[in-house]
Amino acid sequence: MTGIRVLVGTKKGAFILESDGKRADWSVYGPHFAGWEIYHVKGSPADPNRIYASQNTSWFGQVIQRSNDGGKTWEQPGSPPEDWVANAGANAAEGEFVMPKGESNKFVYDTSSERGRPLTTHQWYDGTQHPWEFARVWHLEPSHEDPDLVYAGVEDAALFRTADGGRTWHELPGLRGHESGPKWQPGAGGMCLHTVLLDPKDPERIFIAISAAGAFRTDDGGETWRPINRGLNSQYIPDPTAEVGHCVHRIAMHPERPNTLFMQKHWDVMRSDDGGDTWHEISGDLPSDFGFPIDVHAHEPETVYVVPIKSDSEHYPPDGKLRVYRSRTGGHEWEPLTKGLPQKDCYVNVLRDAMAVDSLDPCGVYFGTTGGQVYASPNGGDSWTPIVRDLPAVLSVEVQTLP
Amino acid sequence: MIRVVLPHHLRTLAAVDGEVELDVGGGPVTQRAILDALEARYPMLRGTIRDHSTQQRRPMVRFFACQEDVTHEPPDAPVPAAVASGEAPFRVIGAIAGG
Repeated sequence: MTGIRVLVGTKKGAFILESDGKRADWSVYGPHFAGWEIYHVKGSPADPNRIYASQNTSWFGQVIQRSNDGGKTWEQPGSPPEDWVANAGANAAEGEFVMPKGESNKFVYDTSSERGRPLTTHQWYDGTQHPWEFARVWHLEPSHEDPDLVYAGVEDAALFRTADGGRTWHELPGLRGHESGPKWQPGAGGMCLHTVLLDPKDPERIFIAISAAGAFRTDDGGETWRPINRGLNSQYIPDPTAEVGHCVHRIAMHPERPNTLFMQKHWDVMRSDDGGDTWHEISGDLPSDFGFPIDVHAHEPETVYVVPIKSDSEHYPPDGKLRVYRSRTGGHEWEPLTKGLPQKDCYVNVLRDAMAVDSLDPCGVYFGTTGGQVYASPNGGDSWTPIVRDLPAVLSVEVQTLP
Repeated sequence: MIRVVLPHHLRTLAAVDGEVELDVGGGPVTQRAILDALEARYPMLRGTIRDHSTQQRRPMVRFFACQEDVTHEPPDAPVPAAVASGEAPFRVIGAIAGG
């Protein structure tokens, strides 16, 4: 029977929420990786049992976890002894390990003379130049076809790639090496590459977004990149229409329409119909066009969801009312979705990676809050129910629709 | 055998309970020799105590031995004799900090 698996990353561990296709009764599993910050957990579209998780603390740094059984058990790729033996090949008899051991958390910027870029600096909070330093993986994006191929968006902003199921990671240095790099600067959450969108119709085409540099696109599999920020207007940077420097919070795409992108920016909800070449504002009648997540209905490419937040100075919903806003017209006209959501005294935030949709009919919509609730709507947003109420602050929500 | 006490989160990653016992070979027992042997036996700990490339200790990890904070001892200096003999453990500590 069809099932739903919701993958939740929190400040203190990962949780897995499961239901059948009715999406009425839920089981909660976890915490996995208890006590660690889990910025993102995402399954492979090609193999739903293959799931990747980004695990981090300030004390012990980055760890990558991988599951091959839908999140029941986990391993650090390249660490279990059977992983070495299975990959030792002809040298197994000599006890030599061909595959790297324990390198699944080795994210080293490519400064090689062959294809890398020098480790340059970017603009620091005080205006001085600051060297690029790896801090954490914000987002893991498995490929549509290959469960072993995954992209990782990291802080300080760069894009990494694994082709061996997470055992080793290599930077795609053309992005960090873009001539605009020294003008990038960190947002309040650090200089993070938080959004990775793979064009399902063109494996050479990838969209990414960085706070606070903006959106970029490659059309050649990550070799070269260009900023795609024309039409963005950001009053918090010296030149509001600059090529880079915009604090893009999130971009969403319907898989059938990869040229149409929806963006929640640090103020302004935006839309592009030419693969990001140009953008126009679709905030329309939203009570606030500040916010973090944005997503698109699974079956209606012109139905878009956002969660308005009062302002950049006050990261909570306007008037203490938690409202998802839905546009069925691709923007401009928005309706509040409130049924089942707290309509007074609510001061939680919904972070950029904490909203997702399933692909059942009707489409399910899910989001998590910094107050630890994960809300589900089995009817496209018409009504909401909390699956869980008291998790640690939710950093990310992903959904798998299981056959 | 050298005894090493790991903090909670690293014991979980390495899937061990209690102390770890390591054979660090015949050379001098140093902080580097202990960590090298630890990472060889438990590759999942690579990068969590020391940076992969620079081998620098992560800022919020500390090392204690025989009631002393030996965090800032040179990595190639001999550890206290009681640690080298296995009488006392080498402790890897997650610094006390908020979170």
